[in-house]
Amino acid sequence: MRGRMEFSQNHLLGIEPLRPAEITTILDLAEEYVALNRSSEKHATVLEGMTQINMFFESSTRTQASFELAGKRLGADVMNMSMAHSSLKKGETLIDTALTLNAMHPDLLVVRHASSGAVNLLAEKVNCAVLNAGDGKHEHPTQALLDALTIRRKKGRLHRLVVAICGDIAHSRVARSNLILLGKMENRIRLIGPPTLMPKGVEEFGVEVYDDMRAGLEGADVVMMLRLQRERMDGGFVPSEREYFHRYGLDAEKLAHAKEDAIVMHPGPMNRGVEIDGAIADDINRSVIQEQVEMGVAVRMAAMDLLARNLRRARERARLREAADG
Amino acid sequence: MLWFHNARLIDPEQGGDKIGSLLVRDGQIMEHDGPCPEAAEAIDCHGKCLAPGIVDMGVQVGEPGAQHKESLRTAGLAAARGGVTTIVMRPDTDPAIDTPEVLEYVTRRAQARTPVHIRAMAALTRGRAGREMAEIGFLLDAGAVAFTDGDRVVTDTKLLSRCMSYARGLGALIIGHPQDAGLAAGACASSGKFASLKGLPAVSPMAERMGLDRDMGLVEMTGVRYHADQITTARSLPALQRAKRNGLDVTAGISIHHLMLNEFDVGDYRTFFKFTPPLRSEDDRRAMVQAVAEGVIDVICSMHTPQDEESKRLPFEEAAPGAVGLETLLPAAMRLYHSEGLSLPQIWRALALNPAQRLGLPAGRLSSGAPADLVLFDPDAPFILDRFKLQSKSKNTPFDEARMQGRVLASYVAGACVYAREQEDA
Repeated sequence: MRGRMEFSQNHLLGIEPLRPAEITTILDLAEEYVALNRSSEKHATVLEGMTQINMFFESSTRTQASFELAGKRLGADVMNMSMAHSSLKKGETLIDTALTLNAMHPDLLVVRHASSGAVNLLAEKVNCAVLNAGDGKHEHPTQALLDALTIRRKKGRLHRLVVAICGDIAHSRVARSNLILLGKMENRIRLIGPPTLMPKGVEEFGVEVYDDMRAGLEGADVVMMLRLQRERMDGGFVPSEREYFHRYGLDAEKLAHAKEDAIVMHPGPMNRGVEIDGAIADDINRSVIQEQVEMGVAVRMAAMDLLARNLRRARERARLREAADG
Repeated sequence: MLWFHNARLIDPEQGGDKIGSLLVRDGQIMEHDGPCPEAAEAIDCHGKCLAPGIVDMGVQVGEPGAQHKESLRTAGLAAARGGVTTIVMRPDTDPAIDTPEVLEYVTRRAQARTPVHIRAMAALTRGRAGREMAEIGFLLDAGAVAFTDGDRVVTDTKLLSRCMSYARGLGALIIGHPQDAGLAAGACASSGKFASLKGLPAVSPMAERMGLDRDMGLVEMTGVRYHADQITTARSLPALQRAKRNGLDVTAGISIHHLMLNEFDVGDYRTFFKFTPPLRSEDDRRAMVQAVAEGVIDVICSMHTPQDEESKRLPFEEAAPGAVGLETLLPAAMRLYHSEGLSLPQIWRALALNPAQRLGLPAGRLSSGAPADLVLFDPDAPFILDRFKLQSKSKNTPFDEARMQGRVLASYVAGACVYAREQEDA
């Protein structure tokens, strides 16, 4: 991984702006961090001297912990701000909060927000690298990247695979980022779910849409289950949990329609018995759910490393320009 | 007395577009042929266009309640600068214009502060809350030109049918916002690939058709005079045409933004492009331009909705909808002339004649006896819009930094010059 790597982004706001080569760059670098994370000396210094602020306007345990650990292992000073109960409740606007934080000179800002596009808005107002940790129903890029890394390690490639994404597509930023990423890498994508949980115009994304799960799973290499996001439901998208599990819950019988060596993924946290049968989630031959968590830390380290390099380069350029002007 | 000569006269009534002269006396347009009368001041228009001043049907003024966004004074200045000689004010003030007292307050203040005519629409229900009928009779006597709850849909059909029946008895005009409120709840984009990609809560254009269908049913039932404030999707057009063909007293409008912009303009969550109803697909936009050309849609308005920076500097879902439009209506409408093949008289029917006639105002014409509310403009003059140069207190225009063509040179209200570009440049 020495030499010039292709990655020219200043922020990681979504998968949409990334070129396939940039995705590959992140994944290749993440492989190195997987090795580092498995060693006993889990420490690098690429972010030394840098400040990373995790700003979570929506509560999160897993993603926040993963980002925190990633930053710390790279030597950054990490601060967590749980915004779900803070000054936004006192009427401060998102922009003011951003400007306040900006004055503290962070280098990396990790943001999760309940509104689509909120992270893009923030990125315009601060002068540091911004990482989207999930915005509304829009994107969750690091999740898609960790899923891609998991698939690549298990399947030996990240193209020409049949990937079935099942469940609440409409409310899922994970699904959006994943289908953009897997599309860019030229895979065949199938979306499975009841029509009420399918976003409008989804056929135009170049995917196949199924409401029959067995048909959708036929011959799949990867089965990606999504959480039925009950807290986001306005109510009344599916009749009941048990009907949902009956028709769209992943059990051994339905999984038998996929390829014999198909892997089962889930972004977590799981609702056992709602979208996935407990026995499948725990089946070490099929389920890669624990590995996804491991890859999450590595992918976030890689993304922050690359953004920090570009940030340092940009600041160096600005400094030289200033010196030349002065 | 004013004598405009060497003018390209745009007459929406006769469909005329030719070089000629026009005499104004005592604030009225006079029948006149031949040379300049002795007592008159001659104004050489240098072949530029002279047309009836725009009658902008549905302007939000922040007064009372939100003067920090727009006051009657700034709205008036913006209107004069934009060639709008009659502002037809929406009742969505705070408090709403739902009693004759508020209406009189607004009218009185407007007279003292604004150089252009201001006519007010009144709320259809008290507080625009959709629960009890407003005092339609008193408000009509006090000068209300129409009745509407703005973009709040009256969901109680029984109440709406009673409002309509009552209004019919008085000959009042009701303006509806065709939208199925249930489907549209929480939405800030039109459903489709773009909204899904951006993860924005969206509403199907069908919600507008359903709202229109409901309103057409009630209009047929009650016989009221009805105007749909904004028809923005192709799916609504057959229902509108059918109603007109069946002899219902129905007209429809559209905002200039829905004629010029489409959903993709939102781009990277640009909140200046958030509207109610949301911007539509390009297919819809083109169908709407066609509908204006064919006269299926009668009125083009600005839907002037001033919002301060704070209301727009928010995530898209949370940002306030609407845009200012008084000053950009004319240059934006010139795109219909330059790029979409509509004639100037056609455009002026929708900008001036039709709204004036619908509201029972004498304006919008160039014929003898009509009030001398005029706009002199250069349809070709190119410029790049700088939102900070707008007269409006609020600067929320989607046309910021847009290349536009068409500038107002002067505006006249009742024969008096209320804006002259020369003075501004000087």
